[in-house]
Formats: sequence, C-alpha cells, structure tokens
Amino acid sequence: MMEAITTIELIMLTIVSAATPLLLAATGELVAEKSGVLNLGVEGMMLIGAVCAFVVALTSGSWLLGIIAGAIAGVLMSMLFGLLTLIFLANQVASGLALTLFGIGLSSLIGIPFIGLPIEKLPTLNLPFLSDIPVLGPLLFSQDVLIYLSVIMAFAVHWFLNHTKPGLVLRAVGESHDAAHSIGYAVVRIRFLAVMFGGAMAGLGGAFLSLSYTPMWVEHMTAGRGWIALALVVFATWKPGRVIIGAYIFGSVTILQLHLQGIGVQIPAQILSMLPYLVTILVLVIISRQSTRVKLSAPACIGQIFHPNT
Amino acid sequence: MPIRLVARQTHSRLMTWLTPIMALVLSLIAGSIVFSLLGYPPLTSLYTFFLAPISDLYGVSELIIKAAPLAMIAVGLSMGFRANVWNIGAEGQLTIGAVVGSALPIYFPESGNALMLPAMLVLGVLGGMAWASIPAFLKTKMNTNEILTSLLLVYVAVLVLSTLVHGPWRDPGGFNFPESVVFQDAALVPGILSGTRLHGGTIIALLVVLSVWILFSRSVAGFQVRVAGLAPSAARYTGIHFNRMVWYVLLGAGGLAGLAGIIEVAGPIGQLQPIISPGYGFSAIIVAFLGRLHPIGILFASLVLALSYLGGEFVQIKMGLPLGIAGVFQGMLLFFLLASDVLINYRVEWRTSRTFGRAGTE
Repeated sequence: MMEAITTIELIMLTIVSAATPLLLAATGELVAEKSGVLNLGVEGMMLIGAVCAFVVALTSGSWLLGIIAGAIAGVLMSMLFGLLTLIFLANQVASGLALTLFGIGLSSLIGIPFIGLPIEKLPTLNLPFLSDIPVLGPLLFSQDVLIYLSVIMAFAVHWFLNHTKPGLVLRAVGESHDAAHSIGYAVVRIRFLAVMFGGAMAGLGGAFLSLSYTPMWVEHMTAGRGWIALALVVFATWKPGRVIIGAYIFGSVTILQLHLQGIGVQIPAQILSMLPYLVTILVLVIISRQSTRVKLSAPACIGQIFHPNT
Repeated sequence: MPIRLVARQTHSRLMTWLTPIMALVLSLIAGSIVFSLLGYPPLTSLYTFFLAPISDLYGVSELIIKAAPLAMIAVGLSMGFRANVWNIGAEGQLTIGAVVGSALPIYFPESGNALMLPAMLVLGVLGGMAWASIPAFLKTKMNTNEILTSLLLVYVAVLVLSTLVHGPWRDPGGFNFPESVVFQDAALVPGILSGTRLHGGTIIALLVVLSVWILFSRSVAGFQVRVAGLAPSAARYTGIHFNRMVWYVLLGAGGLAGLAGIIEVAGPIGQLQPIISPGYGFSAIIVAFLGRLHPIGILFASLVLALSYLGGEFVQIKMGLPLGIAGVFQGMLLFFLLASDVLINYRVEWRTSRTFGRAGTE
C-alpha cells in the first residue's frame, strides 16, 4: 500500500516537472500575443535561457544567479525580435523563425565547453508545516522555486490582464492598435515590454530545463517544447488559467510516454516519443474546429505590423 | 528619435534587390565580431569560412551539392510564402520523402532494374506530398494553423525515420549500426564529374527551379497564388479558391522537399541514416527570403546558404570551432535581411524641424 502511494507520488512529481517549462514559456508568450505580437522564437529563447542559466549557475556556483541569467538571456533575445518587428516593421512569422534558428546555433556555440558537465539540481524549498502533509505535502509544497513561480506567474498574469488598468491597455493594444494609438497609448512601447516579458518567461522555462528537469546542458535540449508552448496558448484560447490546465495535460502525456517505456511496453521507444507532438496537433485541431471561439478569443491585431503613419 | 520612417507610394524595386546584399555585408561584419569574441583572428577566420572552402574545383562542387536541395526546397516554399501559407515543416517532408523513396532499394536490394532510380524519385515526391497533405488537410478542413502543425510534424517525421533505421530497416550485416543497407548501384544517383561528388541530382534541382520559374510566371495557377498573397479579399471576389491554393502550395512544397530528401539519400549519402539533413528544410526558409521569393534569386541565395554550411564544416576542421557557427551566421543573415527590408516599403527621413512641423505630432 505504501509503495503504491509513492509510485503515484513519483509520477505526479514528474508530471509537475514536465509541465513547468511549458507553463512558464506559454504564460510569457500569452502576454506577448495579447498585446498583438506573435513571437515564434520561443524555442530559440528557451534554448539560450537554458544554456546561459547552466553556464552561470555552474561557474558562479549559485543557482539563483543562474535563474536570473536565464531570464536576462531570454529578454535579450526577445529584444532582438522586438527591434526587428516593432522598430524595423519586419514580418513577425519570419522574424520569429530567425530567432529560433539563431538561438539553436548560438546556444550550441555557447554550450560546447559545458556538454556533459554535472550540476546540482535546483534545491527544493519546503514550506514549513505544509510540506509535511502526507501525499499532497511533497507534491504541492516541496518543490523548487521555478515550479512555484510558474503557477504564481500564471495567476498573476490572469489578474494583471483582467483586473488592472495596464492589463486592459495591453489587451486594447492587441485588439486594435490604431484605436489604442489614437487615444494616446504608446503601442510600440507596450508591445516591446510584452515581448520582453515573454522573453524572460521563455528564458526561465529554459533555465528550468537545464537546472532542474535534467540538470545538465545538452544541445537542443528543449526538443520542441517552445513550439508546444505556442500551441498551448492557442489551446488555452489566450486564457492564463487554461494554460495551467493545458501545461499539466501535456506534462502528463510526456510522463505517460516515459513510464510506458519504463514498464517495457512492446512499442518502439521512438513511437512513444512521438506522443507529445501528436497530442499537441490533436488538441490544436480540436480547439481550432470551433473556429468562432478561436476567432473571438484571439487578439484581433495578432501578427499585424503597426506603423502610425499608414 | 531623430529619424522616422515614411511609407513609400510604391515599394522600391531597387531596394528589393539591394537589401540582400546589405544583409550579407552586415552579416560578414557581425560574423567577424563573433569570431573575435570567440578569440579567433577575424580576417583569417572569415577567409577560412567563406573563401577557403571554394578555392578549388572540388570545393565548388561540394558547394553545388549543398545548394541543390536548398534551392529545390526554397522554390517550393516561396510559392506558399507568396500566398501567405506558412509551411515551416519542409524538414519533415524531406525526411518522409527520403524514407518512402528508400523503401524500394531496401526491399529489393538485388534489383538492377533501370527503372529503380526513377521510381524512387517519384516515391520521394509522393512521400513529401503525403506528409505536407496533413497540414493542408488540417488547415482547409479543420481550420488549424499550418505553422504549428507543419513544424510539429518535423519531430514526428524524424522519429519515423529513427524507428525504421533502429528497427525493421536496419542493415542485418551492418554491425548493429542504426543504418539501412548501402543502396545498390541501380538505386544511386550517378555522378557527373569525375574527381568530385557532383551528381545528377544537382541538374534535377536546376531544372526544377527553372521550370517553377516558367510555370509560376506564365501559368494561371501561378498568377492566382500571387494574387491570393497580394490581395486576399480581391482574390476571393475573382473566384480564386483559397483552400485550393493552400493545397497547391503545400503539395508543391512538400513534393519538392521530398524530392530533395530522396536525392540526398540516393546521392551523397547512399543509405538511410538517422540524420539525413543538417537542417536544409529550415535553411531553405532563409534561402526563400534572401532570394526574394523569386526562383532566380533563390538560385543565388542557395549558394550563399550552402557556403555557410560548407564554411561551418571548414572552420570546424581547421580551427576546431563548433558547427553551430553555421546556424549563428544563418540566423544573423536573416535578421539583417528582415531589418533592412524595411527600406523596401519605407523611406528613412531625418526629422529636421521643417519636416517635423509638416508631419505634425505623432
């Protein structure tokens, strides 16, 4: 009986781990998209975040500095994207792709001397008393800082977007940049900040991968999570609360796949590894079929170039 | 800001062809900065990256071998980009094309039939088209965004290839390496220049690019694709079916990517391996933009991107630099191109007091 509980606990813990990088990155991307900017460079920003967090944590010996470095690296990458799309008015799809291709190359360049080096996993922060609750305690109150942060940020973004004035302005910019501009809001500045927030969150998602999920640096270790995070935003119909649910569903699929491999199901490992990607496509299809619902919840100006004089 | 952008009446043709050159020059400058940051002498490194690899006939032939798949995939993608259909999963279509085409030599390793290679090429095209038909179906019937589906299918395609070479298609006499049998001669694309690895696939690529050029500029379908991209609502009034367009451009691009894939496998590689492309399907996106979505521009652009791969290999061997440098260069090239492309539709104006007064407050 005790053993069964620990196995379930273990599975639940790994689901939380698998969901966290997706939740962080998707929450950030959601804010950028709400302001009307589609940044397809999430994968690239996550990779740069992962490698910078790892390098800084390893060389400084401080995981906190590592996390900060991951976030800053993500912000710098996103500023490159902001510069291209908001100042130079470049196509957002192409710029996002460029960011991802650049991030894949640059992260492998930075990471070469660090491949295979071990690092201590992010420490768990036990909340006093709460973490002693059986079963739920370790699951909810004995996690590392990025896991707490991922959930807190999703709720914070929900509150920010729906219950504050700046959040309302950000949504207005995403719905109609011309109207927002004409009543005096700085469209470009607001979007730039939203893009930078997206970069920071993607960087944190990357940092979680290289500091906690698999505490090491491996080339292209995000393995498509940036793209899954993008799909998650659509799946959640741009609502932060649903991003949490979505991230945990995807986390479960990833873990299910690993455990099926672990218990020796007679299916080639590669086929099981396809599951997260196939499930992502499947949920995208299911949500997109309700076309009016997607159209109603998608920010109206998403992907459009804003130039005040045209 | 002391400068501001003023929209041009019409887009500048001069700038359309000037900005790729500006982007190249800026990338070279940025590249030399990257080399210095990494602690290598910038000029020598640039020479090793861009000139040394093509300083002899063999080098040039290697450049053409790498440019061929890039050009083929990029002309396919460019049709879609013109119609605002964002197929970014060419890498997956390439992979499945290679897999489907390889079935023939793997199941008939003894056959010396002269139709072997042509049949493989046809299967390669069909494989790529089949893979591209998934995002096409999902976009037209299920209203699902093709960007994400085509990209996610890349990961699935690579895993399909991996499943096969680790399992049923593994060469029984291959010391347990995850590789298929080495293809028999009848299943290999023949060489065309002794002393080099130049193969017939490069001629196919050239013919493909030229025929797409003719087809696209002369045919009704090509015209419709261009109209759909330039003026979607006008296209709808004139009876151009957007869904049919999506199918055209996705199947076209998928087929060409599949062809590129099977030619890689039946040409320079000679067997199925877990990795058959260094990312041609993604770099071809850059080729398409750098070549201005125009077949002739794409031919030149494919040589530039091929050089970045070749140069990346060269600095890896000669200077011990990681291969990732090729990706960094490619990413920078696209950044600079996208940034300088603003000059096509906008003029830069210095904001003197006079123009400021005229323009009013912003």
